[in-house]
Amino acid sequence: MAIDVLIVDDSAAIRKILHRVLVQADVPLGRVIEAGDGLEALEALKTQNVGLILSDINMPNMDGLQFLSAVKSNDRIKDVPVIMVTTEGGSSKVMEAVNLGAIGYVRKPFTADQIKEKLAGII
Amino acid sequence: MMNGEHENRMHQEKLVGMIRTATHDVFGTMLGIELVDGKATVGQSAPEPIDGVVAIIGLAGRWVGTGTFSASAEGARRIASQMLMQEYAAVDDEVLDALGEITNMIVGNVKTLLEEEYGAMGLSIPTVIYGRNFTTRSVGRNEWVFVPFHCMDTTVEVHLCLIPGSENQQTARQTAILSMQ
Repeated sequence: MAIDVLIVDDSAAIRKILHRVLVQADVPLGRVIEAGDGLEALEALKTQNVGLILSDINMPNMDGLQFLSAVKSNDRIKDVPVIMVTTEGGSSKVMEAVNLGAIGYVRKPFTADQIKEKLAGII
Repeated sequence: MMNGEHENRMHQEKLVGMIRTATHDVFGTMLGIELVDGKATVGQSAPEPIDGVVAIIGLAGRWVGTGTFSASAEGARRIASQMLMQEYAAVDDEVLDALGEITNMIVGNVKTLLEEEYGAMGLSIPTVIYGRNFTTRSVGRNEWVFVPFHCMDTTVEVHLCLIPGSENQQTARQTAILSMQ
């Protein structure tokens, strides 16, 4: 069954690259929805169901950790797997994301293979 | 005094090494481009007026500062084209966004290296400026390291200023002042 994916990143360039990687990856991909920050992403999730979320951490308005926390405290979407894709390589941020419920972490810069490898473990 | 100067030089050399590591990593991984190192320098003065794109990111924590990435308009187009695998005839929003993200990754990875030594730091959202014949200046008299790289027949530069936060908090609020020439 095809899986719909939500990409959350304030950089349109990164959203475009991740979208391309998803299309190239050997996964049953459905729709790819994009959001520029956590608030936009939560708004999108009110009306659309997704099977996977890829989220940056450092974003304006609502950052990735606040967004992750909001997802995990919402009964309807709390089980959607979330992978953080971010420059925040410090262990404190990574630990915070894991403690909040992120199931994976990819550090920017990333290769297409690193994203595909992470997806393979989930989808 | 000698010890202070020596420590300062060590600090700057360390910053240059971190910037080179991070910039090579970002260009190699995201663009598939091998950079050639230029000669790094240290100074207080602002760079010469440039035509092109400058992206600026603030760092805050026990140490505070600012990192910038600059490229000519032509260089910015080539970098964005390589990163996004499509040609850009002009410096548009997508090019500026790509340059902002490149800067975010470079300074973000320098930050990760710095955190091993200086503790947790925060990173601001990048500000990207595109124009002709402009200079950027920081408020204060702190030293910057200037690290150039050569690639795709152009030169790009990463600049970083980093000082202890408790001794000079104003750099945390530092904003580039633009002076149109």
